[in-house]
Amino acid sequence: MNRDELRNAVLEELSGIAPDIDLASFDDNANLQDEYDLDSMDALNLAEAVHKRLGVNIPDQDYARMHCIAELLDYLEKKL
Amino acid sequence: MGNGRLNIAFEALDRHMDTETAERTAIRFLARDSETPVDISYRALNERANRFANVLLDLGVKPGERVYGLAHRIPDLYAAVLGTLKHGCVFTPLFSAFGPEPIRQRVEIGEPAVLVTSKRLYQKKVADWVAETSSVRHVLLIDQLDEAPAGTLDATALMDAASGDYATRDMAPEDPALLHFTSGTTGKPKGALHVHDAVITHHMTGRYVLDMHPGDIYWCTADPGWVTGTSYGIIAPLTNGVTMVVDEAEFDAERWYRILQNQKVALWYTAPTAIRMLIKLGEELPRAHDLSSLRFMASVGEPLNPEAVIWGQKVLGLPFHDNWWQTETGGIMISNYAALEVRPGSMGKPVPGVEAAVARRTEDGIELIDEPNETGELVLKKGWPSMFRGYLHQEEKYRNSFSGDWYLTGDLARRDADGYFWFIGRDDDVIKSSGHLIGPFEVESVLLEHPAVAEAGVIGVPDEVAGETVKAFVSLKPGYPPDEALRKELMGQARKRLGPAVAPRHIEFREDLPRTRSGKIMRRLLRARELGLPEGDTSTLEGNRE
Repeated sequence: MNRDELRNAVLEELSGIAPDIDLASFDDNANLQDEYDLDSMDALNLAEAVHKRLGVNIPDQDYARMHCIAELLDYLEKKL
Repeated sequence: MGNGRLNIAFEALDRHMDTETAERTAIRFLARDSETPVDISYRALNERANRFANVLLDLGVKPGERVYGLAHRIPDLYAAVLGTLKHGCVFTPLFSAFGPEPIRQRVEIGEPAVLVTSKRLYQKKVADWVAETSSVRHVLLIDQLDEAPAGTLDATALMDAASGDYATRDMAPEDPALLHFTSGTTGKPKGALHVHDAVITHHMTGRYVLDMHPGDIYWCTADPGWVTGTSYGIIAPLTNGVTMVVDEAEFDAERWYRILQNQKVALWYTAPTAIRMLIKLGEELPRAHDLSSLRFMASVGEPLNPEAVIWGQKVLGLPFHDNWWQTETGGIMISNYAALEVRPGSMGKPVPGVEAAVARRTEDGIELIDEPNETGELVLKKGWPSMFRGYLHQEEKYRNSFSGDWYLTGDLARRDADGYFWFIGRDDDVIKSSGHLIGPFEVESVLLEHPAVAEAGVIGVPDEVAGETVKAFVSLKPGYPPDEALRKELMGQARKRLGPAVAPRHIEFREDLPRTRSGKIMRRLLRARELGLPEGDTSTLEGNRE
């Protein structure tokens, strides 16, 4: 899976949790909490959805360090 | 202040100015992107609050008028709260994770003269509609700005320019000080009004329940956008002269353990949702930190499950002391004390001066239940200082919250033979998610605004971390297919309008929803069916035979 495919998969899961986000103008480096109003429950749900979809288990400790989608993608790329 | 007059802000700040507390740290602020603390002394916070009071004075804001706060945890928010009280205005906190709709609704009900917020929150959640409301004369932005957008004022600059001296107004004990919004089953949010006398409860419970001593390092993780973050995140710690840790960042387990360790937190007041998230992350993290400064840990927001109390003892070396109170009670009413044996899963015993009982409602009032372990409604003998004095513009609702001398909490509980109280549940349809009350009606109203939606019923479903999460059942008008695209559209709209803390996390389509013959959605039945519980009395269900 290349970076674009990975990005599409993650954004698809993100939009299932927070459909209010406009993916067309999505900024991978924007803080998910500030810019896109994700709260900690949303973040937990996203980690679970990504796990289900890609089979990558993200330990919560690692996950807590990711604040934007770019960081999540970097992490996933290494694990896949 | 003498003559039987007082002011919450005087007790929190001015009173310390002639004592050694003046030079102590009031706020130890940790900015989101840094863990290097910025210490603000009681003297400095008092001066900053005076500046804010002078800003209100210069703008012509009158004592008794309302000031709303909608901001992240930044030091000037605290100065604004205290400056508002100093000037005799009534302060209302709003949760910064609310969407525009809950904010607007609360502004329309409470009609503040001033809204204190940040540029980002203003632009995202307020700018679109604030001109349509008649009451708000000033929007004050308290984050450092290059330039204030049209219609707002740069309050940081105004405070910098204002005088640091202000004679805190002496108020009558029954003068209003705080207006806290809470949610009910039906209708709009209710504004619970509290008076300056409430500071007696705040101070006393801070001392006796949370074990505050001058100079202690104390961390209340509740956001000041809610009642806990005001009563125990601002007022009680300051009247007791402790140092409060204020962390701007949101929940982050590693950071939290670092804060407990590096800031040498002695007293920690947090919430079940946070504790359960920490438990999920395992024992390795806490064991890797030196948490030996902790002396007392307490929890509030929803009942703390016994396992969590025991986990605290096992992993952190101390049990969590659960306590119980509501927006309406203004302060802690029932608690597991440091001096008492902790009963895991129990909310504890009433604090000194509070009389609690279990009651059943009868035709002409209530009847107290004396036998132990009987479930009934938790009731409190009225008259404690932080009791709410009204629901704004809802006299009848306020009167109906009392029966004779007793305040009816709406919570179901039992009392064991030793006098410990145990929470059973709510006796209405209000949802409790991450410790926040959510009124199903508020959520249903927003869903019903969508042209595809015919009916909506909103309930809480159990969640291992949040306690409950919001789930909506929706039936559609003819011609609208119940597909994934529509489900997402509805969820998106709800999140945009209500914010993630209030919007449903799940939406399920149904052909039709159970209604009473008078046309009301039976949320109780939706919930029973969802959870596989007994359906109870369905005699009023539409379509049932007599």
